[in-house]
Amino acid sequence: MEYKATLTTCPYCGCGCSLYLETVDGRLIGTLPAKTGPVNQGRLCVKGWNAHAFVQHPKRLTKPLMRKNGGLTEVSWDEALDFIVQRLKEIKETSGPDALAFLTSAKITNEENYLLQKFARAGVGTNNIDHCARL
Amino acid sequence: MKETIKEKVKELLAQGKIKGFVGLRRRGEDIGPHVFTDPEDLEELSLGDRDRPGDARYPLVGLLGALSERFPAETFGLLVRGCDERALRVRMADNRVTPLSPDRIIPVGFSCPPELAQACQCLKPWPDALAAGEPTPGVTRVEEAVSGDLLEEMDKWSDILNRCVKCFGCRDICPVCSCRECTVEQEAMVPQRELPPAPSFLMTRAVHMVGRCVYCGLCEQACPADIPLKSLYRLVARTLGQDPAATGAITVPRYTPAVDRTGG
Repeated sequence: MEYKATLTTCPYCGCGCSLYLETVDGRLIGTLPAKTGPVNQGRLCVKGWNAHAFVQHPKRLTKPLMRKNGGLTEVSWDEALDFIVQRLKEIKETSGPDALAFLTSAKITNEENYLLQKFARAGVGTNNIDHCARL
Repeated sequence: MKETIKEKVKELLAQGKIKGFVGLRRRGEDIGPHVFTDPEDLEELSLGDRDRPGDARYPLVGLLGALSERFPAETFGLLVRGCDERALRVRMADNRVTPLSPDRIIPVGFSCPPELAQACQCLKPWPDALAAGEPTPGVTRVEEAVSGDLLEEMDKWSDILNRCVKCFGCRDICPVCSCRECTVEQEAMVPQRELPPAPSFLMTRAVHMVGRCVYCGLCEQACPADIPLKSLYRLVARTLGQDPAATGAITVPRYTPAVDRTGG
């Protein structure tokens, strides 16, 4: 029987509220706001209160899915990435870089966001880059 | 006080009387809930006072409930203030498939200091299961954050209640909230996608708090809109004919556990 309250930052928005993820024997059971967190001071929004819910959710995707014969099939990462590379190259060659667009996320790190915009602008050569916050 | 409680818990762990002690742990600047199983960890025990008394309180009774459900045969110790003990009694009186049993819980209590009792406007800032400290006198008459009769002061209350964003923080943090099917999540009682969500969410919850709320104030601390929830719950309780201040120590009448003062 091991209960752990792991202090972490909410993955959702840019506020960065401090919260405790509660686990019992490795399974997530709930979330508590950190009273001593400087940003939120013991409060959370509805998304923060449910930050534990998606991590071990049975419906969470665990493998890449590719559309084949009108349906989604589980494939390996190698197959998925090979397909992405091949198609991105094809579209860039036939329709130009601006036929591609990239969407980044508030749930990834700043460094990852930087990387993707660098890939879009310097790698692919398009300015079509945006962020889920603008949706 | 903390030292007395540390020694008491060390004893309980050493004697094998508890599987773990549900309390609070301080690591650096952070204070959070913890279940102590290793007596060495008790060096980091906290009573929930970081900069001011009681500014780092958590719903330990809720945590105990979650553990007890998963390990119904185990006995746990529990750090309690006056309000925690009241919440524990409410939960023990619940009719559940896996009830919280008094012989599986050893409360180790301490009294709140006068300034915290004032801040909480608490009528009974000490638990019966007092292991450390002397009982602090409670307030004799509660001074409400928002006074007045609900119906007469609807405009004033309306402005306050409209700040609610339905984050469910009050429900999520409440130590006596334990229903598997929560009423405020039912579309028929609290319609979804209403902006602002007041008053149906707040009023429905307030009605459910009649007879259950122990006025611990964790909901007020969790509310990002600074809604004076304790005042609201007291008002609704009085409007529905129940005076929560009458007894001075809110307990559910049909159950009074014999809690051993020494926790033994």
